[in-house]
Amino acid sequence: MKLNFEVDGDEFILAGEASSQVKKILKQLGVSSEIIRRIAIAMYEAEINMVIHANGGKIEVEITPKKVYIVLKDTGPGIPDIDLAMQEGYSTASEEVRELGFGAGMGLPNMKKYSDDLKITSEVGKGTTVEITVYI
Amino acid sequence: MKLSEVKEILDAEVLVGEHNLDREVYLACGSDLMSDVLAFVKDKVLLLTGLVNPQVIRTAEMMDIKAIVFVRGKKPSEEILKLAEEKDMIILTTKYPLYISCGLLYSKGLTGQESKQEGGHET
Repeated sequence: MKLNFEVDGDEFILAGEASSQVKKILKQLGVSSEIIRRIAIAMYEAEINMVIHANGGKIEVEITPKKVYIVLKDTGPGIPDIDLAMQEGYSTASEEVRELGFGAGMGLPNMKKYSDDLKITSEVGKGTTVEITVYI
Repeated sequence: MKLSEVKEILDAEVLVGEHNLDREVYLACGSDLMSDVLAFVKDKVLLLTGLVNPQVIRTAEMMDIKAIVFVRGKKPSEEILKLAEEKDMIILTTKYPLYISCGLLYSKGLTGQESKQEGGHET
């Protein structure tokens, strides 16, 4: 099964809608709640990042009986130093984003924690692609 | 602890889910940082927060958190409450601040303490 989502970068209120839909579909497919929660959290963190840093983007989700593979692509500013961005507590989020409860520098560490495989490719000025794999 | 007890201890008002107060919570997490909440995976968690925006509901949804207490008398907008209702959540609001709310629940037995690292925490 393949799902595609467009994430609007201007609507912080709507951020998480795609993750919410994927969660619902996985539940209907009978995937265990522990696995669903890991997928939902990793995807939600990535979706939020897409909204707060890159003005939205596109998400493709592939669901097979063995795994869920999520690709989030944006054309935002890119990440200059991925190793640094992976460190807990490191964040470049604005004060506005912090007031909304995010930007604590836990987004990428949380994605890594909850996915079986996390791949981030990024080019400054061109954008970032995040690939999340969780085995069912 | 039953949510009806939580309501009583915090002298809280129920904004969504009045008919579901017999549900139980085993642990609690008090935080205004949603990223921090997302690092805290446990079952049947009660979230206490002073942050009021739709992403609190979204965060709770991803975590399978079914009950949220907004502290310091904060009342979420209709839009937020509607989202919570769609997700079958219970929303309470209390006049006590976050620290006092957590302390009251803790002293009544909702310790949220499985281990020092992973137990209920406050930010």
